[in-house]
Amino acid sequence: MKTQIGASRRDFLKIAGTTAGGLVIGFNWFSCDSPKMEVLSIEQVLAQAKSFNSFLSISPAGDVVIYSPNPELGQNIKTSFPMVVAEELEADWEKVRVVQANLDPERYERQLTGGSGAMPHSWERLRKAGATAKFLLVAAAAQTWKVPATEITVSKGMISHEGSGKKGHFGEFVAVATTLTAPEEVTLKDKKDFTIIGTPVKNVDAKDIYTGKPMYGLDFQREGMQYAMIQRAPFGMKLGSVDDSAARAVAGVTNVVTFGSSVAVVGTSTWPLLKAKKLLKINYEADGVVESTTDHDRLFTELLASGKAEEKRKDGNVAAAFKTAAKIVTAEYQCPFLAHSPMEPENFFAHVQGDKVELVGPTQTPDRARQETAALLGIPPENVSVAITRLGGGFGRRLRADYVVEAVEVSRAINAPVKVTWSREDELTGGAYRPAVRYRFEAALDASGTLVGYKLRGVGMNAGNTTREANFPSGAVDNVLIETIEHASSITTNAWRAPITNFLAYAEQSFLDEVALAAGKDPVDFRLELLNRAKTNPVGELGYDVDRMIGVVKMAKEKSNWGKNPSVKQGFSVYFSHKSYVAQVADIEVAGGVPTLKKITAVTDCGLVVNPTGANHQVRGGIVDGMGHAMYTNLTFEAGVPKQRNFDTYRLIRLKEVPEIETHFVDSGFDPTGLGEPALPPTGGAIANAIFAATGRRLRSQPFIEQKEFSDIQLQIKRA
Amino acid sequence: MAKFTLKINGASQSVDVEDDTPLLWVLRDHLNLVGTKFSCGIAQCGACTVHVNGTATFSCVTPISSVGNAEVTTIEGLSKEGDHPVQKAWEEVDVAQCGYCQSGQIMTAAAFLEQNPSPTLEEIDNAMNRNICRCGTYHKIREAVAVAAKSK
Repeated sequence: MKTQIGASRRDFLKIAGTTAGGLVIGFNWFSCDSPKMEVLSIEQVLAQAKSFNSFLSISPAGDVVIYSPNPELGQNIKTSFPMVVAEELEADWEKVRVVQANLDPERYERQLTGGSGAMPHSWERLRKAGATAKFLLVAAAAQTWKVPATEITVSKGMISHEGSGKKGHFGEFVAVATTLTAPEEVTLKDKKDFTIIGTPVKNVDAKDIYTGKPMYGLDFQREGMQYAMIQRAPFGMKLGSVDDSAARAVAGVTNVVTFGSSVAVVGTSTWPLLKAKKLLKINYEADGVVESTTDHDRLFTELLASGKAEEKRKDGNVAAAFKTAAKIVTAEYQCPFLAHSPMEPENFFAHVQGDKVELVGPTQTPDRARQETAALLGIPPENVSVAITRLGGGFGRRLRADYVVEAVEVSRAINAPVKVTWSREDELTGGAYRPAVRYRFEAALDASGTLVGYKLRGVGMNAGNTTREANFPSGAVDNVLIETIEHASSITTNAWRAPITNFLAYAEQSFLDEVALAAGKDPVDFRLELLNRAKTNPVGELGYDVDRMIGVVKMAKEKSNWGKNPSVKQGFSVYFSHKSYVAQVADIEVAGGVPTLKKITAVTDCGLVVNPTGANHQVRGGIVDGMGHAMYTNLTFEAGVPKQRNFDTYRLIRLKEVPEIETHFVDSGFDPTGLGEPALPPTGGAIANAIFAATGRRLRSQPFIEQKEFSDIQLQIKRA
Repeated sequence: MAKFTLKINGASQSVDVEDDTPLLWVLRDHLNLVGTKFSCGIAQCGACTVHVNGTATFSCVTPISSVGNAEVTTIEGLSKEGDHPVQKAWEEVDVAQCGYCQSGQIMTAAAFLEQNPSPTLEEIDNAMNRNICRCGTYHKIREAVAVAAKSK
C-alpha cells in the first residue's frame, strides 16, 4: 500500500539533540537510582541518538527510541503506539526504548487521552513515521554499499543485501540516513506481514511498576517544594469567612491561603495538611441553588413531564404510530451521579516563576492545562511547560484542568514550587461527576410484534445531550422521536468513561429486552430483526455500521451458546460507541432458588487488534467497571455535599465480585479503533437482563443493590 | 516532633516527625520511598500495603509510634533486582493497566503466599479481596498469584 506523506508537517519534525522529548530527561527530578540492569541508560542512548521524525530516534548502536505523545493511564497506549512505529520500521522490539513525550504541540497533534480516539487518529501517522525511517535507512545502506535499494531487505533491525552478502544494523546507517530527504510517499506493509502488531507485547513500564519506581504525579518531588491541600466549597455555596488559627498551629503547616472559594493549607509534608484541613473553621454562604438528591428526583419527574424538551431526532409520524399500536411498552430508567475515583487521587506540581510556569503531573489533556494556566496568569501559552507523568487512572476526570490551575494559584500565592494533593474525600466531594440522568422510553408494537414506534426522552443534570440519536435502534424503526432536556445544576459534571453511553446503553438495552418480551420474541432474534430492517431499508441517518453490529450479535449468540442450556438464564446486550462494537451475554445459573452470576461473554469488533493482551485488558476492565458501578456504586447529595466520602461508603467492585469473563474479537479487516471505553456500556444491560431472565425482577435504576426489586434476590457471583 | 528510628528494607532509618504520622507518609514524604501508594487513607483499598514483620499492613493507618523495632518491608525492598516470585509472576502475566494499585497488590500477595504457599483459588480470592483495582485487573491478579504460588 502506497501512501502519501505530508498529512501532517508536525509528524516529520526532527527532534534536535536531546533537549526535546520526554519525561526521561527530567528523571533527575525524581531522586531515584537509575535502573541497574540496563547497559546504557535512556539518557545515554538519547545523547547519541539521531532524530528521524517526531516519533523516532535511533542511536549508532542501533537502539530505537520511540516517543509516545499521549498520556498513559492504563489504556496501554505507551506500548501499543510504539508497536505500530516499530512494525513499519521493522525494528527489533528488544532494542526499542519508549519515552513519554512532554506536551509539544509543535510536534504532535491530539496529545490527549479521551474518547478512545488515539489509535484511530494516529494509526496511519505512526505507520508512516516507521515506514519513512525504514526507507531512509535502506537508502543510506544502498548508497553506502552501492547496490540498488530495491534489492535490500530489512528484518528485526538488520538491513541486508543478499547479492553482495552485506549486512548491518540500523545504527550503522543512522548518520547517513538522517542527512537524506524524506520521500514524498512510502509503501506500508501488508497487514498479513505484521510481526509485532497482533502479538501479545508486554507493558513497557512493567518492571518500573512492579518495583515501585517513581512514575506517577503523586510520586514527584522537587528540592524546596511545598505541599498543599485544599478545602473546596460545597456545590451552590461560596466562601464566607475563614478561621484558620487552629490549622496554622499544626506543626508542619507553613501557610494558609485563599483564592476564589478555596482555602489551601500549605506545609512541608502531607500528613500535617490532612490534619490541618479538618481544623479549618469555614462559613459558607449560599451562591445559587443548594441541591440534594431528593431535589434531583423531583426535578426528573417534573422535567420529563414538561414541554421543554429539545428534539434530537424525528422520523415518520410517532403520534400516529402510537395511536394505532396493538401494544405500548413504557418504562423509566435512572442513574445516579458517580465520581471517577482513579486510584491515584488528583494532584499536580506547579512552579510559577515570573511569567513562566513549570507543570508536572497526571493529565489527560496537557494542552488544556497549558491553555488554562496561561489564561489565568495572562501569559503566552508557550511560557507554560507540561511534563506528563504516568496517570494512576483517569476515567475522564483528568480531562479537566481545574486541579492543575489550583496548583498554579497556590504556587503564585506562596511564590514557591508546590504539589497540590487531593485526599480521597476531596476526590469524591470535589465534583466533575458523571451526571445523574433519567430516561423515559416508549415503544409501539403492531399486531405482529414489530416495533413501529420508539420514543426516548432523557433529562440530565448538566449532562448535555443525554441521547445518542443516530445509534441503534434509530434506523430500524419507522417512527422515532428522541428528545433531551438539560437541567443546569450547581453540581459540576464531566465526561466519565464512555460519556452518556455508560448509562444510556444499559437503559436502552434493558428496555429493548422489555419490548422483546412484550412482542413475544427472543431478545437476540428481536435485535437481529431490527438490524436486518436497518440494513435493507434504513430509516434516516445511521451513526453505526449495521453489518458490524450484526457481526458481533451473531458471534455473541454462538459463543455464549445462547438459549441452549435450560439451567443457564442469559441476558443479552449490544452497543456501539467510540467506533467499536461490543455484544455481551451474562450467564446466571439458578440452583435451589439461588441465582449465581457465573460468566460474561464479550464479542468485540474494534477492527484490527494491535495488542491482544492490551485488548483483553480493556474489554475485561471495561466490563468490571461497568458491572461494578451498575451493581454497587452510588453518590447522593445532602445540601450540596456528597454523603459518600470515601471507599467505606462509596463502594467499588472487588475481586470476589467478578465472574469469569470470556473475550472474543471479530476479525473484520477494518483499521483499529479505540478500546478504552466501548466494552463498558453494554455490561449493565447484559447483567440486568440476565437477572430478569433468572428472577423476573426488572432493575430500572442503579445501583442494583440499592433497589427494592433486588433486595431479596441474593445474587451470588462466582468464577467458573 | 519526635525522633524515630525504623528498620526499613533491612536498613536503619531515622526521621523526626509527629508521633501520629502514618507510616505511609513517613515512607513517601520523608524517606522518598514512593512505591507505597496513597489512595483512600482509611484502610479500605490496600494501595498502601507494606509488610510489618512479614504481615501485610495498611501503612496509611499505622502510626509511626506503633512501629517500634518491627521490620518494615516496602515494594522497593521486596527483592533487590525486582525478581521476587510475585513480581516475576506479575510480569509474566502482564497484570497492570494504570499500575497504581499494583505495588500494594504485590505486597498483599507476597505476604499471603509466605503464609500459604499452595493456596486454593478460593483462598487466593479471599486474600486478594482487600485490595481494590479501579482498572479491574482482577482476573490477571488471580492468575498471577496462582502463577507465583506454582513457581515458589
